Amino acid sequence: MHLQLAWRNIWRNPKRTAVIMTAIIIGVWSMIFLGALMRGISEGMVRNGISTLTGHIQVHHRGYRNDPVIENSMTDPEVVETALRETLPDGAQWTSRVRVNAVASNARHTAGVTFVGIDPAHEAGISFIGKAVTEGRYLRDDDKNGIVVGRALVDKFETGLGRKIIMMSQDTDREVASRAFRIVGIFKAEMQATEKQFVFVTKEAAQHMLKLKNGISEMSVILPDQKEVRHAADNVSAALPSADYEVQTWRELLPLITAILNIYDGFMYIWFVVVFIAMGFGIVNTTLMAVFERIREFGLFKSLGMKPMWIIREVLAESFFILLIGTTIGNILSFLSVFALSGNGIDLSALASGLEYAGMSRIIYPAIYSHDVIIANLVVFILGLLVSVYPAVKAARFTPVEALTHA
Amino acid sequence: MSIDVKMAWRNLWRNPRRSILTILAISFASLLLVFMLSWQFGSYETMIDSAVKIHTGHLQVQAKGYNDKKGIRMVVSDPAAVGNILNNTPEVAAYTYRANAFSLVSSKERTYGVVVVGIDPVREAGVSTLKKLIRQGSYLSEGDTDQALVGALLARNLKVGLGDELVVLGQGRDGSVAATVVKVKGIYRSGQDDFDRSSIQIPLKNFQDIYSMRGAVHEVVALGKSLEYVSEIKMAVAAGVEDIGNKGHLVVLDWMELMPGLIEAIQMDLYSGFIFYLILIVVVAFSILNTFLMAIFERTREFGVLLAIGTTPGRLSKLLLIESTIMAIAGIVFGIILGSLLTWYFQVHGIVISGTSELMRQFGLPERIYPQLSILSASIGPAAVLFITFLTALYPALKVRRFRPVEAMTAI
Repeated sequence: MHLQLAWRNIWRNPKRTAVIMTAIIIGVWSMIFLGALMRGISEGMVRNGISTLTGHIQVHHRGYRNDPVIENSMTDPEVVETALRETLPDGAQWTSRVRVNAVASNARHTAGVTFVGIDPAHEAGISFIGKAVTEGRYLRDDDKNGIVVGRALVDKFETGLGRKIIMMSQDTDREVASRAFRIVGIFKAEMQATEKQFVFVTKEAAQHMLKLKNGISEMSVILPDQKEVRHAADNVSAALPSADYEVQTWRELLPLITAILNIYDGFMYIWFVVVFIAMGFGIVNTTLMAVFERIREFGLFKSLGMKPMWIIREVLAESFFILLIGTTIGNILSFLSVFALSGNGIDLSALASGLEYAGMSRIIYPAIYSHDVIIANLVVFILGLLVSVYPAVKAARFTPVEALTHA
Repeated sequence: MSIDVKMAWRNLWRNPRRSILTILAISFASLLLVFMLSWQFGSYETMIDSAVKIHTGHLQVQAKGYNDKKGIRMVVSDPAAVGNILNNTPEVAAYTYRANAFSLVSSKERTYGVVVVGIDPVREAGVSTLKKLIRQGSYLSEGDTDQALVGALLARNLKVGLGDELVVLGQGRDGSVAATVVKVKGIYRSGQDDFDRSSIQIPLKNFQDIYSMRGAVHEVVALGKSLEYVSEIKMAVAAGVEDIGNKGHLVVLDWMELMPGLIEAIQMDLYSGFIFYLILIVVVAFSILNTFLMAIFERTREFGVLLAIGTTPGRLSKLLLIESTIMAIAGIVFGIILGSLLTWYFQVHGIVISGTSELMRQFGLPERIYPQLSILSASIGPAAVLFITFLTALYPALKVRRFRPVEAMTAI
């Protein structure tokens, strides 16, 4: 019965209820919507990081991460392939690469680049390069001297499709190996830095130039489900002799992104609490006033024999309804606004170089995480009820006689 | 004024609990804004400062197009003339010359492509932090010729230590082969990985000989007395450069043009901050709107009586506005004081966010961040809060004008 009483009470002064609900709605909306934006930003960073030749898991020769040189390559890729085949779940994909630092030059320019030898067919399913070629064509298995370079590098080198570019790097004999390649494709990437950094040739061409025989620098793995990364990496690691190989997940491979994710996590929960405090003052004040306005009413209840506990319950039930309606509408609104934006995303290309500096993608797709929504709602609900305890206790303490004689 | 203000003041304390809660809500918003803005401004300043001191200086004079293409032929052929202009610009604190060439650098075991930078050891120390970043060995001194400074990551990649030889192979300004052997004299670490693995520094004189620069340099790098003078210096120098007859050949670029990413990243951070702050203020506004509204409903009778004895509706609105203004001002003053104290505490002690030092380093920030309290950071946020609170208070204040004395007096 007192639920019904509470429900009727909140509509006795609809304007007051509406104002405080608006505060709650905006608060909840901002928590969930801005939370979704931040998740969208961080997902973009992770996606970008993973597709820029990282993958979910990488296998290297021990020492390669600290010292990425040709000596630290894996001479027998079959061993790794077998281990991957045996331990990874169905649907996992992997590819092998040769990856060394090199110097690119043509008649007029010289620059340092990362020279990557790929398996064109497998690579396409794993990293960004498969879909990134916008002019010319992607590599073919039989490309002996074809090379795919980034748009920014082409501009810097004042060159173009069909022109030659010379690569120099140290081979396994510690001699400087150099070879001319012909540009067959130009790719575009999310970041200009990526376009300037990477050049791609076929794995065979790279192995031949660097006298690597069958050797590779890294094995990059994409799993069907990102959540299994840690588990899968442990399995792969266990299957390989640890003296020769190291297995790392993207969290270890991209420490900066991992650090940003952690900051975002912390920041989000601080934001939830801050917004709540801002709302909390309103909730307390409104409830207090609602209580004081009705001193006589509570006095009457008490003289009719209502227990103080019941009065507390009654006041809390009113807050409960207001919170319930406020959070529900807030949730619906935030879902709607996220939904409206998730199709095309938010395009921030106008700030491209700033985004690049901060390592963010140009288009943000807001992403709702269920645990963020749950935490936001719990924060509002639990803290909202807690701060209502004060006015409720006040109401329960009125003595009948004083309250009834109150003006 | 006196009687209205007095009445407003007394009215506020008729229900102290409500007034205090409202004031606290306003203080909370102000406090948070003072602190957050000080924090943001503080870290921007540190970021700009460290980027300017490691990389670009406040402004540079370069050949047109050099900043994009970095071609070795795009030179400032008479650096001394530009130096003269800078000497005559009083706001310039220091300046130096640099020349860059991408080259192959080989140790006994390894070869890497890096940028070889020619620096004037004495002048460079006045402009950049390079000298202070030396972690092993020592900085270049004036008479050095075949000595080099190497970044810590590059030294590790090349597997070289102090005293080891590096072979440098590149292309000179005239297209000839530039080759030399240098010894590692010092190893520096800036914390920014890109910088620490991509360049070596050699004395400018030696650079000019090896790369047949014929006395030319690529960049004249200037540091102003402080960030505020940059645009002033830029204008003065640009005018001076015109005068030395380099019509359209030389350009003056400030740090924002040299590092467009930095300034955009700062703007982005600022904008996204503003979105958060705006939402926060709106939530606070709705919280206090209720208080203001309820206060007038509760006092309907009182207003009825006031109107009946001849108070004009305008005066009633004024009375209510004074009440809200007192609360708003009390709130923001309280908020500014608390916010400033909080900021000041952290300004002295610094804030460490655990697990972020690596990330901070890449943006040139120290692990410990010191918020920077300024008049600007202490006033923008509270001013916004004051403005929004005032807007919020307008609604109930205007609403009382529509009260009819008789009806109002008979309301419960």
